[in-house]
Amino acid sequence: MPQNKTIAVAMSGGVDSSTVAAMLRADGHDVIGLTLQLWNQRRLAGHEGMPEAVQGRCCSLDDVYDARRVAETLGIPYYVVNHEDRFERDVVQPFVEEYLSGRTPIPCSLCNNHLKFDQLLIVAQQIGADALATGHYARVEFDEQRGRWLLKRPADSSKDQTYFLFGLTQDQLSRTLFPLGEMTKPQVRDLARYHGLALAAKPDSQEICFVPGGDYKKFLDAYLAEQGESLPDTAGELVTTDGQVIGEHHGIHNFTVGQRKGLGVATGSPLYVIQIKGDQRQVVVGNQEDLYSRTLRARRVNLVAVDDLSEPMQVRVKIRHRHEGASAVLEKAANDEVLVTFDEPQRAITPGQAAVFYDGDVVVGGGWIV
Amino acid sequence: MGFMRRVYLDNNATTPVLPEVFEAMRPYFAEQFGNASSIHHHGQETRAAVERARESVAALLGCRASEIVFTSGGTEGDNFAISGLARAGDHIISSTIEHHAVLNSCKHLEAMGCELTYVPVDSRGLVDPDDVRRALRSNTKLITIMMANNETGVLQPVEEFGKIAAEADVYFHTDAVQAAGKVPIDVKRIGCDLLSISGHKLHAPQGVGALYVRKGTILEPMFYGGSHERSRRAGTENVPGIIGLGKATELAREALERGDLAQMSAMRDRIEQKILSEVEATGVNGEGAPRVPNTTNIHFDYIEGEALVIALDLKGLAVSTGAACSSGAIEPSHVLTAMGLPPEIARASLRFSLGKQNTAEDVDFALSLLPQTVARLRELSPVYNRTAVSP
Repeated sequence: MPQNKTIAVAMSGGVDSSTVAAMLRADGHDVIGLTLQLWNQRRLAGHEGMPEAVQGRCCSLDDVYDARRVAETLGIPYYVVNHEDRFERDVVQPFVEEYLSGRTPIPCSLCNNHLKFDQLLIVAQQIGADALATGHYARVEFDEQRGRWLLKRPADSSKDQTYFLFGLTQDQLSRTLFPLGEMTKPQVRDLARYHGLALAAKPDSQEICFVPGGDYKKFLDAYLAEQGESLPDTAGELVTTDGQVIGEHHGIHNFTVGQRKGLGVATGSPLYVIQIKGDQRQVVVGNQEDLYSRTLRARRVNLVAVDDLSEPMQVRVKIRHRHEGASAVLEKAANDEVLVTFDEPQRAITPGQAAVFYDGDVVVGGGWIV
Repeated sequence: MGFMRRVYLDNNATTPVLPEVFEAMRPYFAEQFGNASSIHHHGQETRAAVERARESVAALLGCRASEIVFTSGGTEGDNFAISGLARAGDHIISSTIEHHAVLNSCKHLEAMGCELTYVPVDSRGLVDPDDVRRALRSNTKLITIMMANNETGVLQPVEEFGKIAAEADVYFHTDAVQAAGKVPIDVKRIGCDLLSISGHKLHAPQGVGALYVRKGTILEPMFYGGSHERSRRAGTENVPGIIGLGKATELAREALERGDLAQMSAMRDRIEQKILSEVEATGVNGEGAPRVPNTTNIHFDYIEGEALVIALDLKGLAVSTGAACSSGAIEPSHVLTAMGLPPEIARASLRFSLGKQNTAEDVDFALSLLPQTVARLRELSPVYNRTAVSP
């Protein structure tokens, strides 16, 4: 890493980004801590099903407090940057719309694309930083041969966050540092302790930052109520794969592809949600085998390692964060979409989730499952 | 990052305690430590000092010493005045540009069964007295409208509000936190029943303030306890703070009488002229309205004021935008939006506020940084490149 740069660190108040700030400071860089204020955790407090007290992880006052304390410990300037408006427009509203149209969204990727590596990166540059560093577990490097910036899986594959980062453009990658890419989580905690950070043992955050307790259905209700809207009536039929109506449901947003529980029908063999037909308000159910499919189409594709898909490409494709990845062929399809054909059928391909394409450790690109 | 020159132009947020003020306070920590309520020598000594401070505050505001209640600051004064008067069923008239100490007091009373009218402001940030008159109802109890706005420095026609209140026989409170020490204040001329000031906005320490309560005005106390402050505010006095406020108000009155503020006004005008002539797409918010001499609020189109504040702070210049929320992030200014500014202009606005300690060199420093810093932000602004630069 070149010496004596001015580097902005996106500090969430967690162990990872705090350690990044400490590492860069120890390396002799001028470090500026920035925290994104994205969501007012008290905003929906008091709505039915929402906790009275603030429980969300990200943007809670406790996390800002923790980040600020780390900055004080390290002796670096620290600022909170408010992008609540953008977050609501580019992350929360699409999240709500996706659920209401029967898809299963990933807000973290949208946040990375629209907030962390867009708005925050711009602010970082505006205030004089050469680069923005985050606590993501991923690697970024420049490939001379291809003349492109590559996004790669981290050394600790169990912490791999590249699935959420496929949307980064070449320009964004060129100004981004992932200092934890070569480290494991236990090493990061040791380093945090070594640098005297009080939060070295702070638990990891798991849930979606603006959905306290992880109950997205209650969040939808509370958010729509706050907007003066009510949940649109998307109740409809529960049908089998051959079109037979076997029951009713209370709204398509209650379902995710692959879901088994909560279908409200009793049959001999276990039933799974196979498909959600938003326009017809139908939830299609079937057997375990019906969940498997060999192809998917992805839209709004961002290519990272290549500039074009001129010919079909053999890759591994992850269709959800915790998916192992499976061998597939990637090729261009109509309407700027790409077609992914797996060697073996994959279980529960879910519209709204991302399909991310890998060549070994290298992220080829990714898109949103149609 | 080594040594860096730092210039502070955010005196509407808080001011440094002046050396004379600090000296006046010094004995009241360890030497003259008595409780002003005690009957012995130590108590008497402190009592005398507190009452001298009260006289000094009264002299700045043009009232009797017995009409001054010491508080913990502007927020307490505002809360005490508003909540101390209003009861469920009462109607209160306020404005859309008040400080949160007033706005949230009003919101609370609204939840407790009061009726509220928030009169608007025009594009200069001024309340039209006719709007106040028209808002009066049979159950109106109180008009509370600020004297000077914290973000723009715009001075309201408080004497007009005072007349309207007197004619209608309703109470009039004004938050004069940003006016005290910057313009002459005479509670008789204003015609107010209640007026709050804060120590740390006029070079006294943080944590002390005063509320003028016109003789005969009955307020429900906020604190219950001993009979301090003529039973208006229980609790042992913040003696060093009160002594500091006494000294600061004395100095402020002398400065106003000498006409010292003309210099500050000239420095403020220089900031405005330089920026407006050297940086394109800028303008003064609240231009054309009477303003306190130390404040200017300028919009730098096509940038985020928040990023500009950070960029300037990293170079040693402290200014601000909007009001900081609990996390320290910046909320879009309700004051500028109430003046009809589009949200993107409100977010592109910066406040420069001078204090007695500021020098012409401080202003030079600020003016040397601003054009280049704004240029860098605009260079990297997607909005600027799309709209302003494209031919």
